[in-house]
Amino acid sequence: MFDITIIGSGVVGCSIARELARYKLDICVLEKESDVACGTTRANSAIIHAGYDAKPGTLKAKLNALGNPMYDKLAEELEFPFRRNGSIVICFSHEEIKGLEKLLDQGRKNGIPGLRIIYKDELMKMEPNLSDEVVAALYAETAGIVCPYEMTIALAENAAENGVEFKLNSRVLNIVKKENFYEIETINEVIKTKMVINAAGVYADEINNMVSKNKIKIIPRRGEYCVFDKSVGDMVKTTVFQLPTALGKGILVAPTIDGNLLVGPNAVDVEDKEDVSTTREGLNEVLRVAKRSVKCIPTDKIITSFAGLRARCTKEDFIIGEADDAENFINAAGIESPGLTSAPAIARMVEGIVIQKLNPEMKKDFNPIRKAIKKFRELTNDERREIIKENPSYGKIVCRCETVTEGEVLEAIRRPLGARTLDAVKRRTRCGMGRCQSGFCSTRIVDILSRELNEPITDITKFGGHSNILVEKNKEGIN
Amino acid sequence: MKEYDIVIIGGGPAGLAAAISAREEEIENILILEREDKLGGILNQCIHNGFGLHIFKEELTGPEYAKRFIDKVLKLNIPYKLNTMVIDFNRDKIITAVNEEDGLLEIKAKAVVLAMGCRERPRGALNIPGSRCAGILTAGTAQKYVNIKGYLPGKKIVVLGSGDIGLIMARRMTLEGAKVVEVDELLPYSSGLKRNIVQCLNDYNIPLKLSHTVVDIKGKERVEGVTVAQVDENRNIIPGTEEFVSCDTLLLSVGLIPENELTRKANIEISGNTGGPMVDETMETEIPGVFACGNVLHVHDLVDFVTMESMEAGKNAARYVKGMYEKKGEVVELTAGEGVRYTVPVWVHTGNLGDGVDVRFRVSNVYRDKYISVYFDDVRIMHLKKRILTPGEMETIRLKPAFFKDRTDIRKITIKVEGE
Repeated sequence: MFDITIIGSGVVGCSIARELARYKLDICVLEKESDVACGTTRANSAIIHAGYDAKPGTLKAKLNALGNPMYDKLAEELEFPFRRNGSIVICFSHEEIKGLEKLLDQGRKNGIPGLRIIYKDELMKMEPNLSDEVVAALYAETAGIVCPYEMTIALAENAAENGVEFKLNSRVLNIVKKENFYEIETINEVIKTKMVINAAGVYADEINNMVSKNKIKIIPRRGEYCVFDKSVGDMVKTTVFQLPTALGKGILVAPTIDGNLLVGPNAVDVEDKEDVSTTREGLNEVLRVAKRSVKCIPTDKIITSFAGLRARCTKEDFIIGEADDAENFINAAGIESPGLTSAPAIARMVEGIVIQKLNPEMKKDFNPIRKAIKKFRELTNDERREIIKENPSYGKIVCRCETVTEGEVLEAIRRPLGARTLDAVKRRTRCGMGRCQSGFCSTRIVDILSRELNEPITDITKFGGHSNILVEKNKEGIN
Repeated sequence: MKEYDIVIIGGGPAGLAAAISAREEEIENILILEREDKLGGILNQCIHNGFGLHIFKEELTGPEYAKRFIDKVLKLNIPYKLNTMVIDFNRDKIITAVNEEDGLLEIKAKAVVLAMGCRERPRGALNIPGSRCAGILTAGTAQKYVNIKGYLPGKKIVVLGSGDIGLIMARRMTLEGAKVVEVDELLPYSSGLKRNIVQCLNDYNIPLKLSHTVVDIKGKERVEGVTVAQVDENRNIIPGTEEFVSCDTLLLSVGLIPENELTRKANIEISGNTGGPMVDETMETEIPGVFACGNVLHVHDLVDFVTMESMEAGKNAARYVKGMYEKKGEVVELTAGEGVRYTVPVWVHTGNLGDGVDVRFRVSNVYRDKYISVYFDDVRIMHLKKRILTPGEMETIRLKPAFFKDRTDIRKITIKVEGE
């Protein structure tokens, strides 16, 4: 019997898992995919919002304001990339300045520091590539950028190091409430647990509705993005938004923490919770709107595009707390933007509920520190010499675009919750994320995975399931 | 810091040829740096034949072609390092490389030959929408899986782009037991060699659909099919022509890009037309003693031309090291005129032409019964009738010293396609 089972290993599930790992509790995390951070966490804007967007008084407003300042310590303890690059909301006419003032006022009500309206001259000095149409902007100095999957992997690794058990490839089929506990039926087994925490992202409605009569509905809202080559990664320094609309914060132009340029997302409600396809219309829309913010969006420098699904709840706010009709069933549902920013604060809020309900004892030996995989590309030449001497596989570069070594790939595979697929290696090392988009390194990664996992090369997949890279030996199908 | 007379970055056909010709000019202290685990570059995975018709007057496979040069490098005892990736290069000709045995290497070279080759354009370069599932890969990656590892990445294939690697892989995958449904080409003509269309598609009844492109990719875990549509003369999709084609793999053969990351690190200017550095008739870049050749300079169709160009680069690097390097005469700019996409070189020294200098170029469209003309300023000095000109086949003309006789003060040489 587990004390707590967390369903979902996105940034919310993993933040909660890592927070609760401080206590003497038997904790399990169930994940339907073959890796953590595979849903909304994998594909979003990667922005740590300052906190002026959400309506004062909402959970979104409160947790955004609390979550943002938690990032510095978290990033330090877990060694994931995070930087406060600031954000601007730009407007294109003097009338629209009222919109900025409204946001500023809202931000002040939410208790957000470091907000001010800046005008054309200062703005163009800050961001010389903005379009000439731009009149003014709301500048938020506390906004930041992060690598959401690396952060989540870091949270998960640290939780695992501190005793949390992760069960991957474990889709939940049903949950049955028993007298003092819950039985969770997964595709592999039945798990008994005293408490359930629902952090299932776009599936949080289904999980809730298995247990509670207070039905909720998540409507996935797709957002599409284009990623640009690092050679144009410095086109903007801050995250550039336009004035928000009813559908969301609109299409942004931002540097990524890894040095690329990111443009997106649009917002389209979809039915299919698995469909992360991009569309021609969507990509065109994203580029068209971005061109209004920044002059000369270099469309010939696009290296890839992707889509993600926001777990948007019809209730318009986060749903965090115990279900009214199901004791010890805790929801962390409807976590759309600013969910990433809020995740550390959501974890604290859930921690509060757990303390209240279970009154657990603190562990004395909780270790909050997680060491990142050493990134060869970020080392000095002296450090490089050192690390190759220690471990020669750091002298073998497998991904030439991102300068990733075999040493890094091996570590990504050998760590707790180690990579089992090409995409999992990619998220941990950036192998294949560069300008050739895995053309050269994928053949090597397939070999390394096959060797390390002792699996036939035809069993190696891109992201689990039937996403095999190779299907059979040459001529096998010829009689 | 180790010092070498000539360091050659890349041990593919360009680097090997440059090394051999430099050694034949009696330079002892040469080093080839190769990132793969063997010499020969991409030729190692090109197991089809057809290589070497110009130089050896026979049809070799890629590995056989490479072996002739590798054997020579071994025989000449030219030093090389494998599994060695150059990670930095600057204008002082200091090279930083890394491998497992030496760790971090810092090398100072008197002359450098850039021979890093090229890479394939990925899906993102076309921004093809749809799923990001398994089964979408470039033709060259598929070639490595099939020809080097011996495994098929799929069984029912659509090829987008009719570049040579795509055509070659359409045949290869067919021979290895896959079904190639069709090859779609955005342009109204193929960018591949005519002989490859005949021998790789026609001979196997694989349809080539010109003016067609992939507009969507379907599939959750693995490709289940692609939507193909016809495009008009402006490459816009013609509504209503969309057709779903069932397949499990999409191979992309949509162009090659010279791989000039290192060139950029030394701040050498890159031509927008070729994607490679700009060079003069000696293959020298703007930095004295830094030469470039092969696909890093501009993408070639035939390895023989890579070899010839690289012999030239190697020879000149040797002369530079020996201090025998002198460029006589005026510098004249070469310009791609109407119908011509680019020229290599982009400058020539009028007194440095030897027996003549080969100028390589590509036309920008398919032309029938047209002329290639060379102008010295406004004076036409060459006029060659061509039955067919296509962007897929590189053209060469030779500028002979005689052309320059009695002509001083030429400012510009223009190559263009003309009606008459």
